[in-house]
Formats: sequence, structure tokens, C-alpha cells
Amino acid sequence: MVPLLRVEGVSKSFRGLLALNDVSFDVVERGIAALIGPNGAGKTTLFNVIAGVFRPDRGAVRLGGADITGRRPDQICHAGIGRTFQLVKPFAQMTVLENVTVAALHGARSVAEAKAAARGFLELLELDTRAGQHAANLTLPDRKRLEVARALATGPRLLLLDEVMAGLRPSETDRMVATLRRLRDETGLTILLIEHVMRAVMALSERITVLHHGEKISEGAPERIVRDPAVLECYLGDQEP
Amino acid sequence: MKAIDLFLSPLSAAGRWLGAVLLVVLLLLPYWGSSYVMTVATTVFYLALVGQSWNLMLGFAGLLSIGHALFVGVGAYASAYLFSAIGLPPAIGVVPAVALAVLIGLLIGYLGFRFAIGGVYFALLTIAFAEFVRIVVDHVPWLGATEGFFLKVSAADRHGIDLANLRGAPEMYYYLIMALALGALVLCRYLLRSRLGYYWQAIRDDPEAAEALGINLLRYRMYAVAISSGMAGVAGVFYAFYQNSLFPEIVFNIERSIEATLGSIVGGVGTLFGPIFGTFILTPLGEFVTEGIDLLKHWRVIDPETKLDGLKLLVWSFIVVLIVLFKPTGLWPWVCHRLRLTRPGAEG
Repeated sequence: MVPLLRVEGVSKSFRGLLALNDVSFDVVERGIAALIGPNGAGKTTLFNVIAGVFRPDRGAVRLGGADITGRRPDQICHAGIGRTFQLVKPFAQMTVLENVTVAALHGARSVAEAKAAARGFLELLELDTRAGQHAANLTLPDRKRLEVARALATGPRLLLLDEVMAGLRPSETDRMVATLRRLRDETGLTILLIEHVMRAVMALSERITVLHHGEKISEGAPERIVRDPAVLECYLGDQEP
Repeated sequence: MKAIDLFLSPLSAAGRWLGAVLLVVLLLLPYWGSSYVMTVATTVFYLALVGQSWNLMLGFAGLLSIGHALFVGVGAYASAYLFSAIGLPPAIGVVPAVALAVLIGLLIGYLGFRFAIGGVYFALLTIAFAEFVRIVVDHVPWLGATEGFFLKVSAADRHGIDLANLRGAPEMYYYLIMALALGALVLCRYLLRSRLGYYWQAIRDDPEAAEALGINLLRYRMYAVAISSGMAGVAGVFYAFYQNSLFPEIVFNIERSIEATLGSIVGGVGTLFGPIFGTFILTPLGEFVTEGIDLLKHWRVIDPETKLDGLKLLVWSFIVVLIVLFKPTGLWPWVCHRLRLTRPGAEG
């Protein structure tokens, strides 16, 4: 089976600093995969390579078999990848509904159609009561939800979520997890998430890739990853006697 | 009817009444206003048109232009030249004149966006082009160079209505520029509610996020520059046939470009009615200052020999400083709110 997303030997350096070193992994269609690792491991850089913000020095990114390496972010979106930003990027002077309408216009023929679709996504992310507010006035958890609503509204095949659970309360995290799982089950969405909240990672992901210093150090099912000595070492350091 | 509804929907009952009363007063202005009042009112609507064009770029799409005099000037010179040289009436000449303004706008836009020159550097690029064209026109003999370019006007031209040739009584110019300024308002309102408007505002607020949502930044920024420079070009055609004399030092002066920004800054950048509202405050105020000084000189309160030409600009600058400090979003949203002119949740 061809995976929906295939990252092949991607390397990327900034001014001689190697941020990603020969990273390869797959995400299967309808799968939920997680990308974890300590701060500075290169997770967000990898997201930006997939989303077209950075062109990799080496390697390729394939979506459904097609090579999308080096395309612009808007072209990547057209190819079927929706993404959120770790440092949230709301359209501050627009209302919450308008924010999502912009995204929904991607697949809609008219503004009215996009607006109607946007309302649906606001409901899904429990933002419907905030529809008329300016995005600048939202709390951080709500801004995170807005990021997800916006990315979803572009109608992606693959959703890239960059730390969308950070700052959510445990009960809110559980609701977000349930929402994402339901989306996958109902719409066939594929999800790749960067997450520090292990509660969410363990509950959601079927497969985890671990990055450390720009290299893939482990990969596998969640139960295996949490017992992998290499992973424990990178998070907790050497346990010398 | 749908277009009218689109326009009225954000207004509250109070807003509609006030708007209707203002419209009637402005429509009847030629019946009681002196020729001086007519000149000021015509200037107000002219600047409101240029201001809206500028506001479309910065307020809607987040592109700062400090070279809008260029687009106005190109529209003015092109239509005036075509009229003088081959007798092309401005009603037709407006098409090539605006096309030229748009083309130059697109060239600046392409250079800026293609090479990712953003923010204040893009503004510098617009200034550079405006100055460049000013110096070129300064040296082109068939455009009158520094001596200026003049359109022939006979005494008979000052009466009646000849819209095709833009010749007629002052009232014709007044009604024409009023229609153009209000037409621009309707156009802006329509654009802001369309796909274009949504994309522009998204690009304005966060280009990176907009791009991630599938918006082609270059394309939609180019649309903004094209429409904005086109509107400014139309204003330029009006200017040429209203003034009948064009000097590069006046038309392309950076002061004209800054003038284009002031109304919007005072009224509210990014709002629909702000640029018009701001111009309605600033222009009469500037006139009041100028006239006041003349009066004081006449009464010998101040020495008639005193040079106070820059006082108007000083007063305007002072107001802009106050606005930026205390009402950075502009006066119009605040007035709207205080007088409840718009319905809750609706944008001015």
C-alpha cells in the first residue's frame, strides 16, 4: 500500500547548522501519526519542509505518490495538506467566523457557501459562540482551536497539527482528541501531529516517530516507543551510575 | 436592489437617516454654496477618491504605498496628452490612461512581491518610482517639462455640461467627482465582501497563514495594486481636466502621496468610510486655517509679510500625531460607535 505521506531522506541545514539529517518516515492513509522529540529536535522544521515553507537541501516529500518537494505553501495546500502553526497565526482584525471563511473559500464557489461551511467547522471545534468576536480577543486555547478549524476548512487529505493541545486543560485535550479521532473515522482524514502533551499522543497516535538533534532515533507503536531506551535517554539524559 | 442592500445592511436606522440627510445636503450644495465652497467640496471628494484608492492597498491588503501621486499623475498626464495631441476625449482617454497607471502599478508590485520586498521597503519602492517618473516628466518636452502642461479652456467651456470632454460648469465637476467617490465606496464595499476582500484581509493580517490556506500571495497582492492604481488613475483624469494645468513638481510631489494617506489615517485605515470621513474633516480644516491666516493678516493682527504657508501642513501633522497616539484605529470607528451609526457587529 502506498502511504499518503512519504518523507524520503530529508536534510535541511541553516547556515551550516544541521536541523534535519536524512529523515525518512511514512504516514499511512487514514492514519494518525505523531512526531515527538525534545525541544530543538527539528519537528517544526520538518513540518515546514512538508508544508512548503522550506525547501529541503536533500530528499523528497511525496503526497499520495506525487512529488510535492519545493512547492510553495499555497500549492501544498491545493495538493491537500492543511497545517496549523505552533505560534498561532490568527487573522487578528477579522472575526473568528471570517478567519475560517477565508479557509473555506478554498473549496467553495461563493462567500455564502464558504460562510456556511465555516459555521460547521466552528461548531465542530466548539467555537460557534465566538463566531462574531475578533480573533485578536481570543484566549490561547481558543486560538489553538481556531488554527485547527481553519486548517480543516481547507478540506485537506492530510492535516498537520503543530502542538495544538498545548495550553488546553486535560478535559479539553480529551475533547480535542475525540474530535480528531471522529474526523478521521468519518471523513477519512489523515493526521500527523507534533505534540508534547503525552496524554494526547498516547490516546491518539497509532504510530510515533521520534526526532532528536534532527535525526530519527526511533519509530513504532506508542507502547514500544515509551519503553525504548534511546527515547528515554534523549528525554531524560544519560543515566550514569 | 441587492447592491443597495449590500450597502445599507451594516447601517443602523440612525446611520441611514444621517446618511440620507448628508446626501441630500451634498446634492443640493451647488444651490446655496458659493463658488469657494464648491471648490473645497470638489477637492474633498477628489481626495476622498484618492484616499480610498490608497486605503484599498494598505487597509485591505496590507501594502503600504507612499507613491500614490504616481498613479494619479500618470492618469492625469496620459489623458491630458491624448486629448491635446490627438483630440481623444477624456471619456475614452480614461481607458488608456488608467491602463497605463495599472501597468506601472503592476510593474512596481511585481518587482516588490517577486523579490519579497515587504513592508516599509515596498513603501520606499513606491516613493522611488514616483520620484523617478517626476524627474522623467520634468525633462520630457512634449509633456511640458518643468514649464507645465496646459489644456486649452475657452470661456464657453465654463458653462453647460460636456461629460465626454470634461468641459462644463463647476457643478458638473462637483457632481462627477461626487459620483466617482461614492462609486468607489460602493466598489470597495463590494470587494471587501467578496472572495478578494477576504483574501486581502487575510494577507494583511498574516501573509504566512494566508499562504498556508492556499492563497497565492503574489496574485492577490497584484490584484490589490491593479485596482488601487486604477482608481487613482481615474482620479488623475478628473484632476487633469479640472485643473487644466499639470506641473510635475506639483502632480508627482511626495506631498501629494502623503496627502492621499492622511484622510484614511484620520478616518481609519481599513475601514470603508474612514477615508471619506477623514477627508471631510481635514480638507475644510486646512482651508479654515489658510483663510483664517489671511483674515488675521487683513486685520493686521499678524504682519502681512509673515510667511505662514506651511501652517496648514503643521496643523494636519499635529492632528495625525494626536490620532496615532490616542485613536490609532481612526475617528470613524469611534464616531460610528458613539453615534450608533452601524448595527452591532457590522463593520463601518
